Amino acid sequence: MTGEHQTLALLLFSGFVAVTLAITTWVSRKRRGSAEEFYAGGRLFSPMENGFAIAGDYMSAASFLGVTGLIALFGYDGLLYVVGFLVAWLVVLFLVAELVRNCGRFTLADVVAARMRERPVRIAAGTSSVTVSVLYLVAQMVGAGSLVALLLGGTSGAARAWTVIGVGALMVIYVSLGGMRATTWIQIVKAVLLLGGTIALTVLVLVRFHGDLDQLLLTAAGRSGHGEAFLAPGLKYGGDWTARFDFISLGLALVLGTAGLPHILSRFYTVPTARAARRSVVWAVGLIGGFYLMTIVLGFGAAAIVGPDAVRGSNAAGNTAVPLLALDLGGGAGSTGGTVLFAVVAAVAFATILAVVAGITLASSASVAHDLYASLRRRGGKPRSEVAVARVAAVGVGVVAIALGLLARDLNVAFLVGLAFAVAASANLPVLLYSLFWRGFTTRGAVWAVYGGLVPAVVLVVLSPVVSGSPDSLFPNVDLQYFPLQNPGLVSIPLGFLAGWLGTVTAAEVPDEAKHAETEVRSLTGAGAA
Amino acid sequence: MQPSKGRPPRDGAGQESPVERLDGVGPAEETGHLRYDDPWYDALASGWGESAGAAVPAPEVVPSARGEGETGVAAADVYLEVQRSAAFQEVRRQYRRFVVPAFVAFFAWYVAYVVAATTAPELMARPVLGAVNVALLAGLGQFLTTFLFTWGYSRHARLRRDRAALDLRWDTQELTRGVNGGVS
Repeated sequence: MTGEHQTLALLLFSGFVAVTLAITTWVSRKRRGSAEEFYAGGRLFSPMENGFAIAGDYMSAASFLGVTGLIALFGYDGLLYVVGFLVAWLVVLFLVAELVRNCGRFTLADVVAARMRERPVRIAAGTSSVTVSVLYLVAQMVGAGSLVALLLGGTSGAARAWTVIGVGALMVIYVSLGGMRATTWIQIVKAVLLLGGTIALTVLVLVRFHGDLDQLLLTAAGRSGHGEAFLAPGLKYGGDWTARFDFISLGLALVLGTAGLPHILSRFYTVPTARAARRSVVWAVGLIGGFYLMTIVLGFGAAAIVGPDAVRGSNAAGNTAVPLLALDLGGGAGSTGGTVLFAVVAAVAFATILAVVAGITLASSASVAHDLYASLRRRGGKPRSEVAVARVAAVGVGVVAIALGLLARDLNVAFLVGLAFAVAASANLPVLLYSLFWRGFTTRGAVWAVYGGLVPAVVLVVLSPVVSGSPDSLFPNVDLQYFPLQNPGLVSIPLGFLAGWLGTVTAAEVPDEAKHAETEVRSLTGAGAA
Repeated sequence: MQPSKGRPPRDGAGQESPVERLDGVGPAEETGHLRYDDPWYDALASGWGESAGAAVPAPEVVPSARGEGETGVAAADVYLEVQRSAAFQEVRRQYRRFVVPAFVAFFAWYVAYVVAATTAPELMARPVLGAVNVALLAGLGQFLTTFLFTWGYSRHARLRRDRAALDLRWDTQELTRGVNGGVS
């Protein structure tokens, strides 16, 4: 790419960074340093603000870059991701949002620990939350890396590495200084920018085809080289049964994973009541649904206008389809319009990554400080401020994510997010649903549910073709592949539920009737909610 | 409809027939020291704000229930009482009546979609109109049903649950506060 692209994109992006840093400083100016403020932003956001922030948290680089890339490369099979991402919100809305808002204070573990022996449950839920967050963070870091590789031309390893490190450093600053309030405002700003950018591009694509969607689809199919097959399922996940089961596995993980994502759960604590939590989900569903409908147009648009070959040539996994599309829509490389549009899209994508990364880092630092540290520190030791611990944890999580992000740079971003969803659905969702709805659930059941989902999910990923045994693996030269599927959800999600059930029925512990009553009454009425 | 199952006397009015409550009709007058036409106002008027820290409407009694020692036991009884009350059972029934069928419906529809996409690509590839085939229609259908379910759920919750749940919330907090001796 030319120097103009770089300069303009960097200028715009610096503008975003400056604005967000300003927000962070402004927000933290009269900070009192309470946990309530740091984790939940004082719980005083309106449903609309929180709806935008949820959308900002959820519409990650995986959707903007990864999914559009998958649609551009594989047609309809990319669209299946989008459907899963959206339908998942019904699980959140029906079973989780209001009840979690009513029962918990800051984290997932709060909900479970209210009914159980606190320490083992907190350690289990904290561990799985941190694992999910780190996986999700890696996906965002990889997105940042491939974006900058495109922006700076070539695949200069050093530039990528520095971008990933820079993103990591920025997010640590946001989170440790601004806490939830700054993070929320950054999400809101980012959601508006991202929706604005997406709307602009969608309109341009539609204008290019004179509003004729049929023509758009036919052109995309024609250029793809697959013809009609491009518009039907099967290009990526057709073929042998391994691929098909892989897809079903992914589909399950997507729809059940969202409700177990720690950074999504923590968003519900930023509004005052369960009713506000519900209304923020309604806002979010509207925004996210609209956004995904547009990404479908953008994906097919990229296939029709840029062409799958050019997309693949720029990034094998398709992560750069949208910036390339913007370049073309603006008038092509070298034109002013193309330069501006490309720079805008690149800056928006950066902003997206930065904001999502901040949200996840905050959630995982909450898990570390509120759940793990609070449970593991030595009794009688001098208690340190939980918020101080959370700030340190943010730095630690950042470092881990940076390291893994550098390692995983050649994987498709949407696919990596699929893994994070699978782990969330296996480890977090069973324990959450059992705690909310099952009268006889016990401490042992809770602990088993978490580890019974977490361990298989992680082990199956390690033994999968993602890590070793095939040319596209992280370590192509090693062969540890014993599990055929890339996404473990199909096996690990049922295992999580099964382990929770098994742990409960084998426990000698008598389930505490009164604690269940408390959870049920609190979850449905909001009595005693923080 | 008789509420009292040995619950503390002061909440007698709180657990009257939920139907009356939903209709905005005040609870039975025989005990008559609590009214529910305006839960916010009445909750305050019925002693909600009397204890220390009255300036904060947020519940000071957050029954963390952990480590609250002697009062924890009594608070637990309150929750059991509330759980058995007719009003609460009604809220729970209303919640389940929508959520269970709706969850089954959308989940089955989604799984059917995913399975069809993987096992019956020929069916999904059948053209309908121009470039649009069954698969695209099904995908857009998923979007449409998601929006509809969202709308339906939030409407149902607003009309059938919110008011009763709010009443119960104040009652329950009132009770736990009473149990904890008004100290927060």
